[in-house]
Amino acid sequence: MEDAGFIIGSYVLTFATVGLLAWRYVRVGRRLAEQVPDEDKYWI
Amino acid sequence: MTTTEPTPQREKSRPSSGTGTRGTRILGISTIVAMVWLVAFGLGFSPADRDQDEAVRILYVHVPTIWVAYISFVVTAVASGIYLFSKRKSLGWDRLAGASAEIGTVFVAVTLVVGALWGRLTWGVFWQWDARLTTTALLFVTYIGYLAVRRLDGTHEQRARRSAVIGLLAVLEIPLVHWSVRLWRSLHQEATVLDTDGNTDMDGLMLFSLFVGVIAFTLLYLWLVLHRTRTMAMADILEDRGLDQALADRRAESDEFDRRAGTAEGGAG
Repeated sequence: MEDAGFIIGSYVLTFATVGLLAWRYVRVGRRLAEQVPDEDKYWI
Repeated sequence: MTTTEPTPQREKSRPSSGTGTRGTRILGISTIVAMVWLVAFGLGFSPADRDQDEAVRILYVHVPTIWVAYISFVVTAVASGIYLFSKRKSLGWDRLAGASAEIGTVFVAVTLVVGALWGRLTWGVFWQWDARLTTTALLFVTYIGYLAVRRLDGTHEQRARRSAVIGLLAVLEIPLVHWSVRLWRSLHQEATVLDTDGNTDMDGLMLFSLFVGVIAFTLLYLWLVLHRTRTMAMADILEDRGLDQALADRRAESDEFDRRAGTAEGGAG
C-alpha cells in the first residue's frame, strides 16, 4: 500500500485518541463512584 | 474453615464499581465489533480510489469523526435549549450538553489532524487557509471557549445558563462549515455521498466502508456520552457535598467563636 505511514497513522491516531478518552472516562467514573453512595447514582 | 469471599451483606454495602451498566457494556462491545469491521473494510476489503488512490482509506475515519462532532454539537444545542426554555431547569440537560460538547471537541481535533494527513497526500500540503479548513478550525476554537466557560466559578445553575446560551449560538457554525465548500471557492471536495441532486457517486464497497465507520463512531459517541454524563453527575454531587461541608465547618467555627466570646465576657463581668 502506498503512503501506508499516513494511512495507518490516521487510524492509529484516531483510535488512540478515542481509546484514551474512553479510558479516562472509565477511570474518573470509578474514582468518583467510590465516593458517591449508590442511591445517588441514577443509572443503578 | 475460613473464607475470604464477601458476605452478601458486605457485597450490598460496597459502592458500585463505576458508570457502567449492562446497557453500556453491550454498547461497548457493539462499538468494538463495529470498529474491527471498520478497520477490515477501511484498510483491507475496500478498493483504492480512481483519483485519490489509497488516500481514500483515510476518509473512512475522517468523515465519521466530523459526523460525530456535528451530532455532538447538535445534541449540545438541543439539550441547552431544553434547559433554558423548560420550567423545571433540570441540570441533567446541562450535563448532557457539556458531555456532548467535550466529546465533539475531541472529535473535531481528530478530524483536523487526520484531515491534514489526508491533505498532505491529496493536495501536497498539510494545511491551507481554505474555507472548509478555516471554518472547522473556528468551530474547534468556539467549543474550546464553550468548555472554558463551563469551568468558570459559580453555581451549577449559573454554569448551565451561561453555557446553554453559548451552546445555542455555537451550533450555528455547523451550517457554515458544511456549506463553506459551496459558499466560497474551496480546495476541499464537495459532498460525495449525497450531492445536491441526491445522487450517491461512490463504489458500493467504499460506501459500505463509510457506512460502517459512521455506525461505529455513532455507537462510540453514545457510549462516551453516557459515561461522561454519569461522571459529571457524580462530580456535581461531590462538589455540592464539599460546599455543604465547608458551610457547616464555617458555622461551627462561628458558633465556637461566639461561645468563647460569651465566656470571656462572663469572666470579665
